[in-house]
Amino acid sequence: MRAVKLWLPLGFFMIFTLFPFYWMAITSLKSNQELYNRKIMPLIVYHPTLKHYVDLLTETNFLTWTYNTLLVAVVSTAISLVFGVMLAYPLARMRFAGAALISFAVAATYLVPQPLLFIPLADIINHLHLGDTLTSVILTYPTLLIPFCAWLLMGYFRTVPLELEDAARIDGATRLQTMFRIFLPLCVPGFISAGIFAFTLAQNEFLYALIFLTQTDVRTVPVGAIAELVKGDVFYWGQLMAAALLGSIPVAIIYSFFVEHYVAGLTSGSVKG
Amino acid sequence: MSVSAHSQSIASPAIRLRPAPSLRRWTEREAVFSWLMVTPPVLFLCALVGYPFFYGIWLSLEDRPVARAGQFVGLANFTADWHDPVFWQVAQNTFVYTFAATILKMVGGLALALVMNQDFRFKNLTRAVMLLPFIVPTVLSTISWMWILDPAFSPINWFLIHLNIANPGPSWLGNAKLAMGSLIVVNTWRGLPFYAITLLAGLQTISPELYEAATIDGASALARFRYVTLPLLKPVIFIVTMFSVIFTFADFQLVYVLTRGGPANATHLFATYAFDVAMGGGQLGMGASIALAMLPPLALIIIALAVYMRPARS
Repeated sequence: MRAVKLWLPLGFFMIFTLFPFYWMAITSLKSNQELYNRKIMPLIVYHPTLKHYVDLLTETNFLTWTYNTLLVAVVSTAISLVFGVMLAYPLARMRFAGAALISFAVAATYLVPQPLLFIPLADIINHLHLGDTLTSVILTYPTLLIPFCAWLLMGYFRTVPLELEDAARIDGATRLQTMFRIFLPLCVPGFISAGIFAFTLAQNEFLYALIFLTQTDVRTVPVGAIAELVKGDVFYWGQLMAAALLGSIPVAIIYSFFVEHYVAGLTSGSVKG
Repeated sequence: MSVSAHSQSIASPAIRLRPAPSLRRWTEREAVFSWLMVTPPVLFLCALVGYPFFYGIWLSLEDRPVARAGQFVGLANFTADWHDPVFWQVAQNTFVYTFAATILKMVGGLALALVMNQDFRFKNLTRAVMLLPFIVPTVLSTISWMWILDPAFSPINWFLIHLNIANPGPSWLGNAKLAMGSLIVVNTWRGLPFYAITLLAGLQTISPELYEAATIDGASALARFRYVTLPLLKPVIFIVTMFSVIFTFADFQLVYVLTRGGPANATHLFATYAFDVAMGGGQLGMGASIALAMLPPLALIIIALAVYMRPARS
């Protein structure tokens, strides 16, 4: 009974979930001979080789792309956290005219789909002569991340009791001191949740990077892989898979360390809201 | 009392600081402090979201080739869209894609959440692994799907051929109907964990006492699901679905990587078609009008969802 209600469906979902990653891993380890041999069973590797990894690291700009991706993700996450706090703290803690309007605007910004903005943004980036610079994506990614961070942090801030701040205020601390010395140190878990989320979103972004970054030395991993490991009709499958696997690793590592924070962030918006 | 005496004793000897206390008192006011804090991010978002949004509306009213000045043409771009058969195909594709993928994710996600709401070993590990499709960069995992769905080397086709079911195997991305189906499956694969984990969190907030009470009243498992679980989960389902619908409707990455809108526009969505027209064809004005055309149907879907699934007044 338990097998039918639990293990069978769970097993099915797990295989469905994990198969593409398994496929990615084994394909990246196959030699070209094996890859394009339609006779042999494709689900196992007969003679594993690291050739595709070596080629990827030596013959393409993969390391540059990785560096770019990480740099952009870290900087835009940092910007988004700072701006996110600047929005979330007053919205969660203070009463002021216009607060409702601002929180509505932040929610609306979060719901504006990216494809609605990429054409005008491409033109704006062109006018500012920011095409093919990492600045273009460092500036635009926070527009996707700030509303998210602000929303998540607002939820977290509301769970922190008011007493400590009141005590600090009574002791004569300014609002800024209260915020920095008393309040924000209590909110580290919230920052971790928002930070990981923003980081994974930034790593995942594709459309802006595809449009703004057309030179190989400024590309991010997803754009580099799609644009340079696929040449017309020729797909460098082994290298593509190696790139996909290596490109997923930074996110996967950070995620594995902070799974609980990630899940908390993921579910806070919808369950509490 | 002691507080004010304390602060005076610090402030009074410093005569040159006299303007400071009033400035400080001003910035200490709740409204002033709040506005000083929120202004920088609000300006940033206005510049990079608000301005592009309105600039996009302006562009959609222009004939605007990529490297030249635009010319105001009124609603000409929109009337051109109206008479463009591809545009209507794109609209239909987007609806089919969004509807099918959302239903699959909702039903699958709910099923998975119910399965995972039981006690079992390695539950947290399972949950962590389950979320992988959602956190791994979409383009990178889609590369794996591209090879799974390859016409010549698909592992699915290998089994179909070797089990004598079909030879040659189907062209998963080359046939119009199959290509749309494949995209829907990949989208479901990526989005299902989000539903499952969020709905699971929602399930865990439902008090076990409610189920006990229902059981005592003789409710069957199905009745408990229908009359206890579903109504209490409705607000969560509503929010998750709304998010998911918006991002599925505006999806770009999957289609761009797997089919580029082909074969013969059968899988073009609003986003990829707007991209093709604006970036490929260099018609920024037309592209902007296609992207904007996404807004009214999206608004309608959200309103419909809100009316249909609105959480009961609480």
